[in-house]
Amino acid sequence: MPTDMTQPLCEIDELRIGFRGHDGELTDAVRGLSLTLHRGERLGIVGESGSGKTLTGRALLGLLPPDALCQAKTMKFDGQDLLAMSARKRRQLCGRQMSMILQDPKYSLNPVMTVAQQMREAFHLHSPKLGRREMRDKIIAALAAVHVRDPERVADAYPHELSGGMGQRVMIAMMVSSGPRLLVADEPTSALDVLVSMQVLRILDEMIEKHDTGLIFISHDLPLVMSFCDRVVVMYAGRVVETCAARDLVHAQHPYTRGLLAANPPLIDPPDELPVLKRDAAWLAESTGESA
Amino acid sequence: MNAGPRRWKDWLLSDTPASRRQAALGLAYRRWRRFAGNPLSVFGFVILALLIIVAASGPLIAPHDPLQQVLSDRLLPPGSPSHWFGTDQLGRDILSRLIYGSRLTLSIAILVVVIVVPIGLLIGTTAGFFGGWVDNVLMRITDVALAFPKIVLALAFAAALGPGVINAVIAISITAWPAYARLARAETLRLVQADFIHVARLQGASQMRILLRYIVPLCTSSVIVRATLDMAGIILTVAGLGFLGLGAQPPSPEWGFMVASGRNVLLDSWWVATIPGFAILLVSLAFNLLGDGLRDVFDPRHGG
Amino acid sequence: MIDVSALTVRFRTKTGHVDAVREASFHVDEGEVFGLVGESGSGKSTILRALSGLAPIASGHMKIGSHVLREKVPRAFRRDVQMVFQDPYGSLHPRFTVDQTLREPLTINGIDRQDERIVDALGEVGLGPAYRFRYPHQLSGGQRQRVAIARALIVEPRVLLLDEPTSALDVSVQAEILNLLRRLHRERRLTMVLVSHNLAVVGFFCQRVAVMRNGEIVEQCDIASIRAQRVEHEYTRSLLTATGGYQREPSYASHSGANGGVTKR
Repeated sequence: MPTDMTQPLCEIDELRIGFRGHDGELTDAVRGLSLTLHRGERLGIVGESGSGKTLTGRALLGLLPPDALCQAKTMKFDGQDLLAMSARKRRQLCGRQMSMILQDPKYSLNPVMTVAQQMREAFHLHSPKLGRREMRDKIIAALAAVHVRDPERVADAYPHELSGGMGQRVMIAMMVSSGPRLLVADEPTSALDVLVSMQVLRILDEMIEKHDTGLIFISHDLPLVMSFCDRVVVMYAGRVVETCAARDLVHAQHPYTRGLLAANPPLIDPPDELPVLKRDAAWLAESTGESA
Repeated sequence: MNAGPRRWKDWLLSDTPASRRQAALGLAYRRWRRFAGNPLSVFGFVILALLIIVAASGPLIAPHDPLQQVLSDRLLPPGSPSHWFGTDQLGRDILSRLIYGSRLTLSIAILVVVIVVPIGLLIGTTAGFFGGWVDNVLMRITDVALAFPKIVLALAFAAALGPGVINAVIAISITAWPAYARLARAETLRLVQADFIHVARLQGASQMRILLRYIVPLCTSSVIVRATLDMAGIILTVAGLGFLGLGAQPPSPEWGFMVASGRNVLLDSWWVATIPGFAILLVSLAFNLLGDGLRDVFDPRHGG
Repeated sequence: MIDVSALTVRFRTKTGHVDAVREASFHVDEGEVFGLVGESGSGKSTILRALSGLAPIASGHMKIGSHVLREKVPRAFRRDVQMVFQDPYGSLHPRFTVDQTLREPLTINGIDRQDERIVDALGEVGLGPAYRFRYPHQLSGGQRQRVAIARALIVEPRVLLLDEPTSALDVSVQAEILNLLRRLHRERRLTMVLVSHNLAVVGFFCQRVAVMRNGEIVEQCDIASIRAQRVEHEYTRSLLTATGGYQREPSYASHSGANGGVTKR
């Protein structure tokens, strides 16, 4: 695989995802989304519930529900066409080069397997030849790398015995320590307290830096995404309404983005009344905008 | 002339109902539409509707008297003129016996459900809601009832009180209610944690009000679904008891008994046992399909 | 209006007991909005439940208005103190229409002119008569929360307890609900206790704040001090810093170069 610096790590063009309802009508959840991600870059996808951001992340990894209808002009990972790939090759790609972290470790970790058993399964994909002793060492090392203070105890624990923050660290150890090229993080800190969130984000930061992983960070929290990512894509009702660098978001153009920014109550000097987002029907029909 | 039904449909599906009746009817209509979207469930529903119609109009549509023996017409095969399903060893018309037997089947099934569901629901919700020693006592009673095997209990009843349909119904009911009690209790335990129950307490609602107005209605749908699915089993059990001679007594046209009495001539006159057997199969299947459809409709994920 | 001194709430567990709240003391004046901030497990929601009579008090003393909280909670208390819960999807009975949900507290407390009050309550929270006979699954999260607020206020309480009322809502909907709560507070001169893990939400609305950690109140101050970052306890300080967002290390910042992160270190 040529490491072409100018070739994007991930390229999506005109992605459409729809669902057929009980009455046979097709509802579009994602309508014509396009984005590019470069190697080592952090892209944030921000939107409220129903904006289609989670579906976008899952479409990349091929994790859409079976009744979803997904089509796109282009969906490439590292130059390879994901849509034309066989299911088997896609699965291999997902296991080795693309990874995902989900929101709540209570639900994303298998409740009937210990942490070590799950990590063994995950690592087995990358290093099938490792013996038991070496695998155990690798698991402990991965847990230590995410700053777990007592890795032996955590390795033999079940997910329900772990706190939320610890569970997310385990997820990161499982999914990121093998150095995937692309990581999709779907609301990784939304279920966590704010101080624990910061710790988890710092660990994620470290891991991504170490392996030069490309990150797609999906969240509803616009200020958080602005502080963590390089570029931000704002979604509304299945469409992209704004794409720009994180630090340029304060000068956002689109009224939805500005409304979203203003709706967050600021700690210093809050207004008497928070500005309420007036949803314009015209936003549903607008095409994607690029602002510097 | 489409304006009429379309107006009704719009009224039912309206987003802004103007009265509680409109809202409730709208909800029922939506549930019906969801139910009707599943062809198998509709099939089950149609079969059961037919069963009810046949049972209700039994005397009007049966071509012969089910108890009349015409010994010159014994063991006529199906397709014979004036005996579409043939006759049994005593010359009785099988179709008529089937029709009259449907009344028995239906009444036994309904009787069992009417006894078992309210008892199970009440015991289960009370146990789950109050907890503590109330829960313990009620659940131990439930365990005792669960330990009785149906057929053995029916045998005991038959020995003590004599065989008959009523005793069979009682025997089955005594062993069927524990399952519903446990189901209702499990649902109640889950619901008691919900915020809307806390809100009711905060508003000063009495325990009884919370139990009867808030919790019982929410447990009812899963109990009903379970009862529909169990109906097939109940019918088979009644048929089984009839087969053993413990349920309906001759010459009563109970389907299970018809299968039993057709045993002896099974190889030569297959229709005497097989046709009532097929009727049992069809009705059990219909209840199963209906129950599956109801379960999908009441699935809380769809706002059921 | 509200007086809590040395409150301890103890829950029995299989292995003994755990103190969810330890020796908490605070005071809320009439018409004031008091904030309780902390992370999960800090005991802030438990204090609210104790205040509403839903959690057992192991030791300490609580007084709301003229009611002293003891074992048995009198009916009159129920009309004076109401609560809004966090999860809009769990706080409404799924089989009750909005009308029935609002009628329940009126019927339970024997209040008359029910239809009139229901329509008024819906109007107060910004929902028109079109919503009156809907079921909860036909309402959005923000609308459900409005119904929950209407339900709490329909019995005309003097104290309103709010347990993370906007945590489960989108940011834009949160803004609407916060505006609504502020308006209601002004119009009805309610005493409010707002629990949240979000310092910014508390900062928008509350006049005084108590910061909780592991069942204890570690700091109490007025909101101006929080805004000016004049806090004493280091836990409060770390909360304040975290509210400002993630701090990327300067060396990482070199990645967000002109073309958005293509350069390698």
